[in-house]
Amino acid sequence: MGVAKYIKDERGAIKEVIYQSGIKVKPAYGPEDLEKAGFTYDKDLGSPGEYPFTRSLHPQSYRSRAWTTRQYTGFGTPEETNERFKLMIANGQNGLNVAFDLPTQMGYDSDHPLAEGEVGRVGMAIDSLKDFETAFAGIPLDRIGSGLTINAVATIMMAMYQAVAEKLGYSKDQISTTPQNDILKEMIGRGAWIFPVEHGVRLVGDSIEYAVKELPKSNPVSICGYHIRESGATPAQEIAYAFEIAKAYIDNVVQRGIKPKDFVGRFSFNFNVYGNLWEQIAKFRAARKLWAKMLKNEYGVTEKKKLFLRGLFGGGGSGLTKEQPENNIMRGAYYALGAALSGAQTTALCSFDEAYTIPTPRSALLSLRTLEMLMDEVGLRDTVDPLAGSYFIETLTLEMEEKILEEMKEVQQMGGMVNCISNGMIQRKVSKQAYEFEKGLQSGEYKKVGLNPESKEAMADKTDAGAVELHEYNEEWAKKSKANLKELRRARNDKEVTDSLKALEKAARGDENVMPYLVKCCHAYATVGEMTGVFRETFGEWNEPEFY
Amino acid sequence: METTNKIRVLIAKPGLDGHDKGAKIVALALRDAGYEVIYSGLHQTLDQIIQTASQEAVDVIGLSIMSGAHLPICEKLIAMMKEQGLNEIRLTVGGVIPYQDIPKLKEMGVAAVFPGGTSFEEITKGMNSLIER
Repeated sequence: MGVAKYIKDERGAIKEVIYQSGIKVKPAYGPEDLEKAGFTYDKDLGSPGEYPFTRSLHPQSYRSRAWTTRQYTGFGTPEETNERFKLMIANGQNGLNVAFDLPTQMGYDSDHPLAEGEVGRVGMAIDSLKDFETAFAGIPLDRIGSGLTINAVATIMMAMYQAVAEKLGYSKDQISTTPQNDILKEMIGRGAWIFPVEHGVRLVGDSIEYAVKELPKSNPVSICGYHIRESGATPAQEIAYAFEIAKAYIDNVVQRGIKPKDFVGRFSFNFNVYGNLWEQIAKFRAARKLWAKMLKNEYGVTEKKKLFLRGLFGGGGSGLTKEQPENNIMRGAYYALGAALSGAQTTALCSFDEAYTIPTPRSALLSLRTLEMLMDEVGLRDTVDPLAGSYFIETLTLEMEEKILEEMKEVQQMGGMVNCISNGMIQRKVSKQAYEFEKGLQSGEYKKVGLNPESKEAMADKTDAGAVELHEYNEEWAKKSKANLKELRRARNDKEVTDSLKALEKAARGDENVMPYLVKCCHAYATVGEMTGVFRETFGEWNEPEFY
Repeated sequence: METTNKIRVLIAKPGLDGHDKGAKIVALALRDAGYEVIYSGLHQTLDQIIQTASQEAVDVIGLSIMSGAHLPICEKLIAMMKEQGLNEIRLTVGGVIPYQDIPKLKEMGVAAVFPGGTSFEEITKGMNSLIER
């Protein structure tokens, strides 16, 4: 959670500033810094919309189109979530970012013993296509794209999204979904993994291959530096590890005889925005450039649009504090400013009450309004990449690029990302850093308003009263989900279910792509638990490496 | 067998939530503070947690819960501990816990609650006082 180290003299003047990625910042920058780094406009920036896209993916950036806002939404039953979706869309949100409850994320039905107490708690509970039909009723799926925040069972949800679209009268060519589908990052942070590494990567590969062939407007994977950063990675590591994960997926798909140019344009990313403002801006600019360079030089991709680092830059969860929660409203606004100054294409903002529980409608709308203010009120749409040419920002962007490359090299030397995750190397490194940052925060070495020892009076206020109106969990949701599930099991055609699950098992055991079989299972109203059960039987479960 | 008088703590992640940064950094902090720390790993059932706690003869269980399900989880675990006669083991819980739930957890029999934002020092002090009692 640490931001930057400030070493001060006895009078309180800053002697040294060191960013988390390890970059030292000088008191002032000038033309000599850019000259020393060998900076040239064409090589390092390019015009907006031109390779290497440091400035922007599109020539006019926000002038031609404001960012897409996708607040993370979903709780309770599909009915509740559908209502909240409609509220967010009515208030100007132009994409969905769907939250699933933990049982769904882990492939258990609402009536499974392990689901007890968790049904509908941190997202909506989905057991079968029936639930998707309710959740997406009345949503124009040809115009509104949906991010599906799910990973271990992303293939199932992607298949179900196609199935629901078909049920609601859309064709699979019209719909746009972005399942998160980044299983390797789950193994570093967030922890919603099920299957062993190689099977997890195979499923990601299956979904990419399927999207290339069958879902022209969907983006099958969203690689999340975000959660890696939340787990304790530095901003440079966040980008480096995400890119190394991307390479692991690319390798899997290339082995199937598909050329990188035919699918890398569908990758998207999810990156974090908390921390030092300048370091984040430099991070995003460097990341756009490095991704384009890597695809061009290492994978021979030449078509411009396929070199774009597209994605959601937002969130900022780990930057928020439980103490003095209203401070998070302001904090979020600054994080969003950083995202806007970085040219984020899509964004979302953690709500101020998220250190407590999932957001209320009031706090979710407040986040949406914060994002709107930047675009519509204070001028972030006026001109492309307004910080370009700043001696400081350009020097820092070049330094970030170096740091990211260093971190990538380390992973490569350790045998690549799959290896580093299988043996626990990355997890240990990131946890150790998280521990060091936390110690620094508690000692006051890192400054965090409302949290450091000097703001003790705030620490004394250990009540939630007045500060945060809590989103309440409703026990009825679980009862309702279980009742719906019981009814579903009674009403559906058992033979269709069994046959479709058998066919799925055969595909999973062999090397056929599981996606078309999952779509059939979904249409037959097989449950998430049943489909995941087939995978659990076939693939087994992952054993986490020791973290000490 | 070598015996030590270090306090033995099981840091455990019950249920389906996988946010383990808090659990891991608290495990590292307690280890640095001289505790013998066992980390359960993710996605543990309550049965698995009880089994590990009793096999490892721990003094304290520290649950890390981020999903909001702390009340039902603790209630159930305490009942199971009673059933199995594990009365000596102290149960503590940390994570995303609204302050208003602390009295409810204490009433259930949770010995100490360390919501997000509690310092390592407060956690070790809290754990020490449980054992001295």
